Amino acid sequence: MADYTLRVRRFDPDDHQGPYWQEFAVALEPHRSLLEALLAVKGEQDGSLALRCSCRAAICGSCGVRAGGRARLACNTHLERVADADGAIVVEPMGNMPVIKDLVVDMDAVHWKKIHRVTPWLLPEAPEPEREHLVPHAAMVDVTQTMACIQCGACVSDCLSLEVDPEFVGPAASAKAYRFVGDPRDGAQEQRLRDLAEDEHGIYDCTHCFSCIDACPKGVAPMDQIMRLRRIAGVDHEIVDHNNGERHEEAFATLIHDYGLLHEAELLPRSYGGNSWFGKFHPAAGLELVESLPAIAKAVLRGKVKPGQALRGHRLARGDLDAVHAIYDAVEAGAPSERERVAARDGGGQS
Amino acid sequence: MPRTDVLIIGAGLAGQRAALAAASAGASVAIVSKVHPVRSHSVAAAGGINAALDPGDSWESHAFDTIKGSDYLGDQHAIEIMCRAAPDEILWLEHAGVTFHRGEGGRLGTRAFGGASAARTYYVADITGQAILHVLYEQLMKHHAVVDRYEEWFTTELLLDDDGRCSGAIARDIRSGHLDLFDAKTTILASGGAGQVFKPTTNALICTGDGIAQAYRIGASLMDMEMVQYHPTTLAENGFLITEGARGEGAQLFNAAGERFMERYAPNKLELASRDVVSRAEQTEIDEGRGFPDGTIALDITKVPRKRTLEALREIVNIGRDFAGVDITREPIHIKPGMHYMMGGVKADVDGRTDVPGLYAVGEVACLSVHGGNRLGANSLLDTLIFGRRAGEHAAEHALGRRAPRAPAAKLRDAQAEIDAILAREPSAGSRRIAALKDELGTTMNEHVAVYRDADGLATAHAIVRRLKEQAPRAAIDDRGTVFNQDVLAAFELSYMLDVAEAIVVAAQERRESRGAQFRTDYPRRDDDAWLHHITISRNGDGEPSTGSAPVTITRWQPQERTY
Repeated sequence: MADYTLRVRRFDPDDHQGPYWQEFAVALEPHRSLLEALLAVKGEQDGSLALRCSCRAAICGSCGVRAGGRARLACNTHLERVADADGAIVVEPMGNMPVIKDLVVDMDAVHWKKIHRVTPWLLPEAPEPEREHLVPHAAMVDVTQTMACIQCGACVSDCLSLEVDPEFVGPAASAKAYRFVGDPRDGAQEQRLRDLAEDEHGIYDCTHCFSCIDACPKGVAPMDQIMRLRRIAGVDHEIVDHNNGERHEEAFATLIHDYGLLHEAELLPRSYGGNSWFGKFHPAAGLELVESLPAIAKAVLRGKVKPGQALRGHRLARGDLDAVHAIYDAVEAGAPSERERVAARDGGGQS
Repeated sequence: MPRTDVLIIGAGLAGQRAALAAASAGASVAIVSKVHPVRSHSVAAAGGINAALDPGDSWESHAFDTIKGSDYLGDQHAIEIMCRAAPDEILWLEHAGVTFHRGEGGRLGTRAFGGASAARTYYVADITGQAILHVLYEQLMKHHAVVDRYEEWFTTELLLDDDGRCSGAIARDIRSGHLDLFDAKTTILASGGAGQVFKPTTNALICTGDGIAQAYRIGASLMDMEMVQYHPTTLAENGFLITEGARGEGAQLFNAAGERFMERYAPNKLELASRDVVSRAEQTEIDEGRGFPDGTIALDITKVPRKRTLEALREIVNIGRDFAGVDITREPIHIKPGMHYMMGGVKADVDGRTDVPGLYAVGEVACLSVHGGNRLGANSLLDTLIFGRRAGEHAAEHALGRRAPRAPAAKLRDAQAEIDAILAREPSAGSRRIAALKDELGTTMNEHVAVYRDADGLATAHAIVRRLKEQAPRAAIDDRGTVFNQDVLAAFELSYMLDVAEAIVVAAQERRESRGAQFRTDYPRRDDDAWLHHITISRNGDGEPSTGSAPVTITRWQPQERTY
């Protein structure tokens, strides 16, 4: 047994007082779950503490909370993992979603709305086969990674892009989209991808911060699914979106290849004007440059960018640059498209 | 006041399947669930779903396995319907988008499961229930124009009209505390089982037997309530489920002496005998001192190739790691039998109709009886879907020709008064907390109404349940608010659980033989002459449970001695 203090962020819309903190003492073994501690509080001390929970075994996705600095399921979080040295555990409702009461958030308003956004049902290619669709085992195992999503909202809670752009389709819905794009039975892959690429709050709105991968309790790795959607959109379907998301990725990859490190001053013009040295002379690049001037000025004033270096670009030692090229060569030689990758892993449908 | 042709209570597999079937039959549908549909306990069904789809298999073989598994208490006409319809249902699911794992040539793949004479269990890793539930919910989202969803609405009671017909229900919006009356021409109960009556249990916290008690209170009969399945492999510390799929994939059971003891109890099927058989074998080993010191048995999943475990048993890899601190790919995990499933429930026919006109029941809340004394693994998902669909279609057809009922507003006022009374409870001397009452109930049931039962233990359990029933209405309440008041819900749930517990105990006392999941150490033999019939429980004029009986339907498989 160990003594823990749960410091819970509470809110009751009935009392018109706004949120407040309340502490509860519980004694439990360190490997017991945060959910058990919260239920002990609810059962023995204060039944008005609101939280969703059901299965207790990380399957139903009800008990997402923020504890120990990030979103997680209360049920599979050991107390010792989130307690500080004094045994204090801060428990808050998940982020990016309105709070209904205590630890209960409004998932309909954010999470489910975004799920709806990606047409979350199979659009099979007609006509339906008489028996089952014949599809590779590996393709089903592959989409099972996203089927494993329990819709707990932890990734939505911790998504940094959503904090800045609440309209972003977000990690969970993107993973749901991959569940159909990666499913060979779906007949609308191109429309789905075009839709999510052209939406300015779509797949190119992700900033690769990895928060969703950290937060996900089921190994769905939503950011990886977003990157796969981008690759399938850009490489397999050659979708060049009007948000310049695909061009931006292309420019990014080219600049790293050529310079070894990011050449910031080239990135923006190339993303808008085309992926070459001449890109900066395209009218779209000029327009974007003018629009970005305030941000650039601010960055220079705050010392985040040194104008000389930004314009010149980084110079790596020849050997280092060769090493970067070797990585590119290895990746390009060994990297089939997503679809080829899945098909290859299957060994032709036999397993 | 929502008015619909078909009202469905519960949004697990049975409820969602019923909703889709009723909607496609042209009915207006409302589906009410106390949790968001994807939180329903169907999500926890791990291993798979049975169907004789392979050309080398036959529905008759599936039916016979089911009947033998039921210890001949299953109703054979219902089992025939289920097993015949199973292949088409699997294909329907596949077409709807379920990501079933594949076998040869990209065809649907199978795994072996307990009590089955062929590998006929279709699966999605070990998240089959989740995968199907989420795909059905995809379909509900697709059909949002024709199915109204009331998510996080708690049903407090079913309604009867003056003719004794079910006319809908009263439910509370958990988010606002708003109470409303649902008028429906037909009502389908699909609100799941009652595992929380036991502690520990594999079942989720929401499985509190609401629907069983609600139907019982308006006059529906319950059936086979004594048949409570103890699953052979539940985690020693907290009762969590380790899927039978593990044994299907080749995992083995060992006692503390390292002996593969199933060789003595089921020399042919070994670990893949029926669940009741394996659970009893484990309990015997434990009771006779051959288990581990903490009263457990070892399940050795390292017999399964590591790569296969990581692909096909990924969920229990997580459960072992998170809840037992064990890497199941490298060492055995300690398990014991634990409460898992209610074979019994609201008595219903093959279209889901109960004894109360207008009221249907499907899924774990119901008893048709396709599982009889013992359910085979991977037959429960099948049961929910086949009979969910049938009830949805029947209820829709039946509703279309009827006038809409309109329950008097007084019903709503009475229901609100009941909630107000709970909210107004003041702590008094001797009033206990709901959690404490629930804990005592669960512990009592697990001690006396478990794998082995006898008259003394059942009498003790009954006395405790009666006392808890007296204490429950005085249990303390902390939350007086309207928004997400879970104290009020817990008070309702406790009263439902106590009704269910009493029905289980009374039925177990009544059946003085051993059959399926009911093993009476004071009546250790199966006695077909005296007990080859269902025990029913209904509420008499004083509100007390009274027992009755119903015949078992035998079509072509005569009872035999049962060996595995």
